[in-house]
Amino acid sequence: MRVAESLRIAAPRAAIWEFVSDGKRYPDFFADADRWEVIGEQSSGCGARWAIRLRVGSASVGGLVEITECDEPGNLAFTSITGVDMRGRWRLRERQPGLTDVEVRLAYQSPGGILGLLADRVSGPLVGRILKRSLRNLRDLLEGPPPR
Amino acid sequence: MSALFELGRNAGSWGARRLKARVPSADMDERDPDYIRDQLPGLWLLASVYFRARVRHLDRIPAEGPVLLVGNHSGGNMTPDTLVFTLAFSSYFGVERRFFQLAHNLVLLAPGLGLLRKFGTIAASPSNAHEVLSSASVLLVYPGGDYEVHRPSSERHKVDFAGRQGFLQLALDEGVPLVPIVSIGGQETALFLSRGEWLAKFLRLDRLARLKVLPISLALPWGINVGDFLGHLPLPAKITIDVLEPIDVRAEYGDDPTLDRAYTEVTGLMQEALDALAAERRLPVIG
Repeated sequence: MRVAESLRIAAPRAAIWEFVSDGKRYPDFFADADRWEVIGEQSSGCGARWAIRLRVGSASVGGLVEITECDEPGNLAFTSITGVDMRGRWRLRERQPGLTDVEVRLAYQSPGGILGLLADRVSGPLVGRILKRSLRNLRDLLEGPPPR
Repeated sequence: MSALFELGRNAGSWGARRLKARVPSADMDERDPDYIRDQLPGLWLLASVYFRARVRHLDRIPAEGPVLLVGNHSGGNMTPDTLVFTLAFSSYFGVERRFFQLAHNLVLLAPGLGLLRKFGTIAASPSNAHEVLSSASVLLVYPGGDYEVHRPSSERHKVDFAGRQGFLQLALDEGVPLVPIVSIGGQETALFLSRGEWLAKFLRLDRLARLKVLPISLALPWGINVGDFLGHLPLPAKITIDVLEPIDVRAEYGDDPTLDRAYTEVTGLMQEALDALAAERRLPVIG
């Protein structure tokens, strides 16, 4: 299952990179994260490992992921080592100074044959909502909360 | 007359011996993490879509080492609590963490339920419980057992372990943290009318099969359901489970505590948590 969400944020790419590249910053903005913990000394850069549990439906789903690509300040990718098979990617593209398109992608595959496929289909929209809310949280952190 | 009575008693003892011989021994190696991993998506669908389940505060369970989880039990023989909690635990800590559940002998003997052993379900006995905890695994027990799981629906918001205190002695003997888990919703999956203790006694099931109850309920698809031996189709009641803070029984109550006091306090804490969950609930089944 592949899920992707994007949002334009009025902030320089480097400022957004500070958040998405560091495992310690995720609890500040990532929605429905029951756990987002840095494992070991290294919290960012290739080889850093994060223990992730996202609340999807009735379970906290995730595992241990490792950063596999770290192309500052535009691309970051991680892949799972334990838990659910998944890959994630952040793409930051500065459209003009101080205005950045942020895209987050998550691809995952549940075990269990047909039921796994069905679970992927059902969970897709839920995961999409989590990504969307996370992007909005990130935007609010960088731009300030939207005017009411 | 006395000869007839004696004949009945002998038949009962013979039946009990036969039943006991058929109970599979607790082989912890039967737990199969790969099998559990393959079943998680199906369990997730059932828990998320059908029961709209929610499990809170899993982070309160110590991340490593042996832990004794103590839960209230609901839902008759088709208890959704265990299913939901097994999914939640295995997803959160990973299927690699060794997690076992104690179940009544008859559950393990029921046709088709032998697969539960792959999930780590083993026969409820003190020796099995000690064996699991001494191997640094996590153990889930339901002290209320068949007595609590078949309580009438009118008592659905009541923690009732029937005075069974063995779980406290187990935590003391093994020196492991005790973590209470409280669930709500399971007793709304059918209309439970009576435990039928009088019926179980009349039929001598307490001696034959360690059954102190013979529950009577209104349940799908049977209508009147006596015994619940074939299970039932549970109503899609919303299940919520809350994990409470760990308790160090030795530190809290001393090396040689009065178990009555510890029992009253632990079940009291669980009852408070269940009352809080009940207060959040607007309607039965819907949640």
